[in-house]
Amino acid sequence: MSRIGVFVCHCGTNIAATVDCEAVRDYAATLPNVVHAEDNKYTCSDPGQAKIKEAIEKYDLDRIVVAACSPAMHELTWRNLLSQTKINPYMLEVANLREQCSWVHTDYDEATAKAKELVRMAVAKVDRNVPLFTQQIPVNKRALVVGGGIAGMQAALDIADAGYQVTIVEREATIGGKMPKLDKTFPTMDCSACICTPKMSETGNHPNITVKTLSEVEKVDGYVGNFQVTIREHAKYVDYDKCTGCGLCSTKCPNKRIPNEWNELMDTRPAIYKPFEQAVPSKPVIDPEHCTMLTRGKCGLCAKVCPTGAINYEDVDKVTTETYGAVVLATGYDLIKWQDIYPEYGGGAYPDVIDGLHFERLVNASGPTEGHILRPSDGKEPKSVVIIKCVGSRDPNKGRAYCSRACCMYGAKHAHQYLDKVKDGRCYVFYMDVRTPGRRYDEFYMQAKNDGALYLRGRVSKIYKEGDHLVVLGNDTIMGENVQVDADMVVVETAMVPSAKSRETAMLFGVQCDEDGWITEAHPKLRPVETASRGIYLAGAAQGPKDIPDTVAQAGAAASKVIGMFSHDTLDSEPQISHVDVSKCSGCGQCVPICPYGALSLQQVTLRENSVKVTRQVCEVNSALCQGCGACTVACRPGALDLLGFTDEEIMREVDALCQW
Amino acid sequence: MHTVNLSDVAVADRELAQTIAQRANVNLRDCYQCGKCAAGCPMADDMDLSPQQIMRALQMGLTEKALSATGPWLCAQCMVCSTRCPQNIDITKIMREVRRESHARGHRCIPESNAFETQFLKGVKADGRNNEQYLAAFYNLRSGHLAQDMLSAPKMLAKGMVGIGKHSVKDRDAVRKIYEKCLEKDGEQK
Repeated sequence: MSRIGVFVCHCGTNIAATVDCEAVRDYAATLPNVVHAEDNKYTCSDPGQAKIKEAIEKYDLDRIVVAACSPAMHELTWRNLLSQTKINPYMLEVANLREQCSWVHTDYDEATAKAKELVRMAVAKVDRNVPLFTQQIPVNKRALVVGGGIAGMQAALDIADAGYQVTIVEREATIGGKMPKLDKTFPTMDCSACICTPKMSETGNHPNITVKTLSEVEKVDGYVGNFQVTIREHAKYVDYDKCTGCGLCSTKCPNKRIPNEWNELMDTRPAIYKPFEQAVPSKPVIDPEHCTMLTRGKCGLCAKVCPTGAINYEDVDKVTTETYGAVVLATGYDLIKWQDIYPEYGGGAYPDVIDGLHFERLVNASGPTEGHILRPSDGKEPKSVVIIKCVGSRDPNKGRAYCSRACCMYGAKHAHQYLDKVKDGRCYVFYMDVRTPGRRYDEFYMQAKNDGALYLRGRVSKIYKEGDHLVVLGNDTIMGENVQVDADMVVVETAMVPSAKSRETAMLFGVQCDEDGWITEAHPKLRPVETASRGIYLAGAAQGPKDIPDTVAQAGAAASKVIGMFSHDTLDSEPQISHVDVSKCSGCGQCVPICPYGALSLQQVTLRENSVKVTRQVCEVNSALCQGCGACTVACRPGALDLLGFTDEEIMREVDALCQW
Repeated sequence: MHTVNLSDVAVADRELAQTIAQRANVNLRDCYQCGKCAAGCPMADDMDLSPQQIMRALQMGLTEKALSATGPWLCAQCMVCSTRCPQNIDITKIMREVRRESHARGHRCIPESNAFETQFLKGVKADGRNNEQYLAAFYNLRSGHLAQDMLSAPKMLAKGMVGIGKHSVKDRDAVRKIYEKCLEKDGEQK
């Protein structure tokens, strides 16, 4: 016979306004094995918790039901409370009288009746609960950071500074990401590369950081504290141990007509190249698609001129598997391909309609025009520029429904930079709303207006070419007039979208993405840098559009989570996980591919069945990998798999209580 | 709908908007078009362009649009817009300067308003102060609204609130000098 205590919470008036808590309490007292029931104004408060403790002692309870808010809110509170008593923390059920009853119903009597049923089910279930215990998982104190942009670098530096080893995996030939491409950063207008390249160099030289460029994560096994990650480091065709970074190879390379991605294809680069001067590592790679030695076996000039013999045309991809305790995903963003979705803006047919990153390279002293704003079509200085915001953002029909957050600010920055460099220029900014939440952000926007940018509230409906200029048609909704601007150049401030392969990366690590492809955090408010998978954290624009300060702050937060985890030698495993009854398991293996966490495997075991020793295949649960989702229990045909804390018996008791009691 | 080509806005128009704003000691770019001025304006219901729209027209360089609008001519100069503006823009002054420019260019967007003002100033110049009964009478003649407010006249006469006699200030010449000095200043400014 169990001894159950039921604690009904009023939650102020959150529950009590719609549910007769006293009636629920009196009803609970009549249920089988309930030896004590009481109600409380705020059960989660310190006095409320003290009353539970008191009751446990006084009535010698061995399990409890708390009828209050969602278990997502306070289940942990009650578990922690129970861990201070003689009761096992898992001898607890939470009946959700708030989110699933009082908040969603208005009829007092019906809500009270439902609350009684919810309590009845919880009492039935807790009666069958068994004590559960955590296990210890060892922590491998090395971190993996995926993505070497400002988010990844910041997270890596913070973790490395705390004394732990970090590996950065970066897809490009240099770390740094998008930030060193930018000219200035709002609202302070300090040089972006000047503040980013020291971080790059610090990252590259840090004794605790290993940088792997031209690399991708290929496979992930293991679990929190023990991720086995396979990384493919693509062939660079240059031996970085020998290369001194002198640059002679790039100078001599005869194939210099390759569109330069770093400058948004506005100039060219050789086939053996370093993305930009301050690249880290400061050594070149060979572009295998364009190197004639690699494609046709002709040339070999770079190998001839290299003073250290670092060129190796036979180089192959290196695949390594290493163990990491924690992972930070910092996969960043790309700009939406507006050309495909906005034929009304020319769909990319007009070279003088450029995006924000193009503009950054145009205005940047290290860019193809050495900082002179010259339009791509004919190299003339544009005397009138139209900036269009929300291109692809806040446009659920053609692009994305969300606001890309940074465009209002860099749009204002572009207006300011243009008016600063072209004194007799005119600048028009079409906007939907101006969103400038941030310290000194609105002041910055007002400054751009004061510089002479004419802000026009409305979306541009069409851009077409007439003579050597572009006709931009829009509307000023403030005046209610259609307006036209004959522009020399148009800058479209486009939506941020998740970087090209971020969804695949998320799938490798078993973390979720939202409908737009951004990697989802565990809780939007209270766990913003954690993913639903333990030990995998988020930094920067991988999670959603962000500006640099937010990215750096979030990267620091992710790093602190990793450091916090690494401060323990072991972690407690989650006890509410799948459990195999080997005597029932047929070894069919149906469950193995269903597990999203790779926690199930088939093992040969020797069992005693009907007094006979048999060796056969059965399923085994890796208790560290299992996240307790329960998917396998549904797939198991013999019913051998059960989720501890939610066993078939417990669930059936709840159903019985609802339908038959 | 008529499309305004912003690239065709004449430099002169943009400069005129700036000049008007300078006379009012206002930076047009300060205005972020929140509309609080228009929302509080007691005359806005009767205006074709509200104070906010006058500001917008000047910002866009559509100066002629502002100059030919009735809004500034209906403005009561009550200062509600200026008092409430979050950007501390003296919109009342802008309305006044637009109206003066409009007047100087021969616009008479609200002829009655012009008649009233002219008559009022004439009175001040002649007597050093305003005499309501004569202002009302001559305004009615000038504007052609002959019967306006006339029904109140007998009562007011009977109660001695108005009379035939004119009042004047002690030093009429001093007021006239002030008046002329103002005109002189006005001429200098333009």
